[in-house]
Amino acid sequence: MAEQTLTLKNLRIAARARQMARLRESLTVVFASKTAIVGLVMVLLWVLVAVFAPLVTKFGPLEQDYLMINQGPSGAHILGTDHMGRDVWSRIAFGARTILTLGPLSVMVAFVVGITLGLPSGYYGGWIDETVMRILDAIMAFPTILLYMIIISAVGASPFNVVVAIAIGGAPGIARLVRALAMDIRTREYVAAAKLRGDKDIQIMLREILPNCRGPLIVDFLLRIGYAAFYIGTLGFLGLGLPPPTPDWGGMVQEGHSRMFANVWPVLSATLSIVTLVIGLNLFADGLREETMRYQ
Amino acid sequence: MTEQEQPILSVKNLAVTYKTRKRDVNAVRDVTFDIYAGENVGLVGESGCGKSTAAYSIVGFLGRNGRVSNGEILFRGENLANRPESDLRKLRGADISMVYQEPMSALNPTMLIKDQLAESLIVHQNMDKKAAYEKSLESLKSVYMPDPEGVMDRYPHQLSGGQQQRVLIAMALLNNPSLLIMDEPTTALDVTVEAAVLDLIAELKERYNTATLYITHNLGVVARVSDRLAVMYAGEIVELASTKDLYAKPLHPYTMGLMRCLPDVDAPKGTRTLHPIDGRVPSPDNLPEGCIFSPRCEFARENCFTEHPKLDEVVPGHQARCFYAKEWLEKGVRWDDRMEEPERVCPERPAETDEIMLTIKDARVYYPVPFKTVRGLFGLEKRKYVRAVDDVSFTIKRGRTLGVVGESGCGKSTIAKAIVGLEALHDGKIDFLETDISSPINKRGSQTIRDLQMVFQDPNGVLNPSYSIGDQIALSLRRFNTVPRDQEYDEVVRLLRAVKLGENYYHRLPRQLSGGEKQRVGIARAIASNPAAVICDEPVSALDVSVQAAVLNLLLEIQKQQNTTMILISHDLSSVRFFSDDVAVMYLGRLCEIGPCESIYSSPSHPYTAALLAAVPRPDPTLEQTGVRLHGRVPSAVNPPSGCRFNTRCPFKIGEICEKEEPPRQDMGGGHLIYCHLPPQELNKL
Repeated sequence: MAEQTLTLKNLRIAARARQMARLRESLTVVFASKTAIVGLVMVLLWVLVAVFAPLVTKFGPLEQDYLMINQGPSGAHILGTDHMGRDVWSRIAFGARTILTLGPLSVMVAFVVGITLGLPSGYYGGWIDETVMRILDAIMAFPTILLYMIIISAVGASPFNVVVAIAIGGAPGIARLVRALAMDIRTREYVAAAKLRGDKDIQIMLREILPNCRGPLIVDFLLRIGYAAFYIGTLGFLGLGLPPPTPDWGGMVQEGHSRMFANVWPVLSATLSIVTLVIGLNLFADGLREETMRYQ
Repeated sequence: MTEQEQPILSVKNLAVTYKTRKRDVNAVRDVTFDIYAGENVGLVGESGCGKSTAAYSIVGFLGRNGRVSNGEILFRGENLANRPESDLRKLRGADISMVYQEPMSALNPTMLIKDQLAESLIVHQNMDKKAAYEKSLESLKSVYMPDPEGVMDRYPHQLSGGQQQRVLIAMALLNNPSLLIMDEPTTALDVTVEAAVLDLIAELKERYNTATLYITHNLGVVARVSDRLAVMYAGEIVELASTKDLYAKPLHPYTMGLMRCLPDVDAPKGTRTLHPIDGRVPSPDNLPEGCIFSPRCEFARENCFTEHPKLDEVVPGHQARCFYAKEWLEKGVRWDDRMEEPERVCPERPAETDEIMLTIKDARVYYPVPFKTVRGLFGLEKRKYVRAVDDVSFTIKRGRTLGVVGESGCGKSTIAKAIVGLEALHDGKIDFLETDISSPINKRGSQTIRDLQMVFQDPNGVLNPSYSIGDQIALSLRRFNTVPRDQEYDEVVRLLRAVKLGENYYHRLPRQLSGGEKQRVGIARAIASNPAAVICDEPVSALDVSVQAAVLNLLLEIQKQQNTTMILISHDLSSVRFFSDDVAVMYLGRLCEIGPCESIYSSPSHPYTAALLAAVPRPDPTLEQTGVRLHGRVPSAVNPPSGCRFNTRCPFKIGEICEKEEPPRQDMGGGHLIYCHLPPQELNKL
């Protein structure tokens, strides 16, 4: 046992070293699973495309060229053009921006709402739990896609409303998950110890319970981004997504599906984009879950 | 047992390897032992010593990543190692049976007892259903199951833990197995039930002449049932001898160490010190060089750290894996020699005062039973309650330790929670330092909260896995403003040192600590506020014996230094005797007996206390271990028996008065109170 006295500075260095060690440890968890790596690579590719969209495309996503409509792939247009002569690859690349901002954003909002409802519900139990859960049950009784359609057709299609709709649709599930975790964790002795320290309920919920929910919540977060991407696509396909000129994968399928047999490229590229992104997110989440479970 | 006979089971140089993510790990190495017919061989060791792995390899339950990598398992001359599943399946249940630790999870909750019992007969002996039922009933009778016919038609959850274990033993004996493997069969049971099951196991051995492999961590238990013992440490057998020889003159330092750290139920407080074994059992993927016990061995010499000793026969029938075993034998080094050392933790204590610290008066803690009918929901039915604590009163003086003992469900933990304010009182009053603290914690003043802290049971649940050790202790300091902010770090380090952990533990996460270390951090956190009283709820029951001793010593030391008043809640009567000045015995929410430790342990007076004490397994095979045995199960706390709560199981029941009237409080003098209808002179005779 090294019995040296550490100065405050040394202390901070030691703390940082611990943090680095923890980070390294979580990275080894990711890299231990082949599934997670494959998923991560798929997702990262799309993130890169979205971030560098102007650099990886030659045309703007809204640039129309009526001399070049419904073209197949060529040197200039690697995925061809759509019925308005727009470059399909550009629209895919910029569409990735849309989906990769709206998806995580809406899930984050859903998490804030879900945690706010689920944490006290699980921690207190009793009538608080009953009330919150019955209300959430009522929301969950609607088929998700129907719920989205109702919300969007009521408030109109816009990026903001899509986020709101997906947050409302996702919050009950998250609340249930958080509630179940909180119900388990509140019986742990460290929660009793916090009470014996005189901690207030809100402190116990945020400091003792929530941090220990993070494993399952991270996995759920990733899975839900996948679902969100999927639903944004579906809403776009139903014409309830983003208003038309916006590059949006779901909208591309919608616009292109009537001409699918004449020009398959817009539909095919958009569908494959959705599929690869969603599968990537799912693989990443699954790999992470398996690996963290084995880790325990 | 005659030596010429073929052994039923002969394990030779067994090694078991587990495949892990990093590499292959040898969990068990070079294990050799024989079991003859009618013999009970005990496999003893702390957790992680490979005793269960060794036993499970016999029946091939090693999981997907485990395999026998070396050696032979000869069962009646046939090698079982790495045999295909189909061969083993025929053996299991018929020739080799197992009894598991958790009776509740070993029985199928959806099947009637009779069907579960009959199943193995139908499968292995092609019996028809009727004959199988008859045989099953017979086997239940042979394990002295009360009301065997009734039990046949019940589901597992309708039986008590002791009854379930009897069913499992009956099931294991159904096909007259030649080998019976028992994996900690009494660990999950209460001490009075354990005593009855041990009686049964000892009797069945005589009756059926079965060879038994008995796995346990409890040296008291094997002293009663086993003929020979194999002590395992970190995957190797370190000592193998007949039970009598092993207890009389252990030759391996680990065995000596294990015996030194057992609290003795017959030794009063202050007369014994416990000697913990320093360090911890090495993990099998990081074994020390040389003798595996050398880093923890107090007798280790130079070559112990470089050479690996063999299991040698020191005297006929007594093998030990130690270079110097002969020397210990010749010099007569005994395991209790070092107990006379001057370094004593307990005897001198600050002068006692008469100041009363805590007064509990007529305390009741009730849990409402959820309504199951519509009428109930509308308030038309009388509310039912689980009476966890029902009318309990006692006082504790400053600086004393009260041990609260009783079997599970007696309300001992609930009363502890009520005192610290985690459970609300239904009725009654608690005074602490002349302040009324009958209200739950969120209504208590911060001074009260600071003065009344708790040490918890489960080392794995006691620390928040998300924060470092130091931060968790610092949080308590900050909350109570114990020290100014800039001295916080030094104070945490001081506390860590006080619980014998170093500064380098500050930034560790709970999962990097062993169970004993976590429990120490829990203690450090409890004493961070300098409390006047600490309530310890089963602080050592989840720990290995060698670690238990260290934690108990630590608690005693803290008490000595700070003159802390303590309440020790425990089911283990030995550690209570080691630790406490006064004892309270509880049964089904009521107090049976309370008084100074000495007058209760030396002459137990309440029939229940007498039964509890008689049931404690003593680590001495020469003692005749009999006495009062309890039968039946603990009644429900929703609808407790009228009169004396203990009347349904009391072996000294005097008649109707026990069922009708509350037992009177009888003062036996010196603060010794007994709640019983028996007249004092009768009580003294018990």
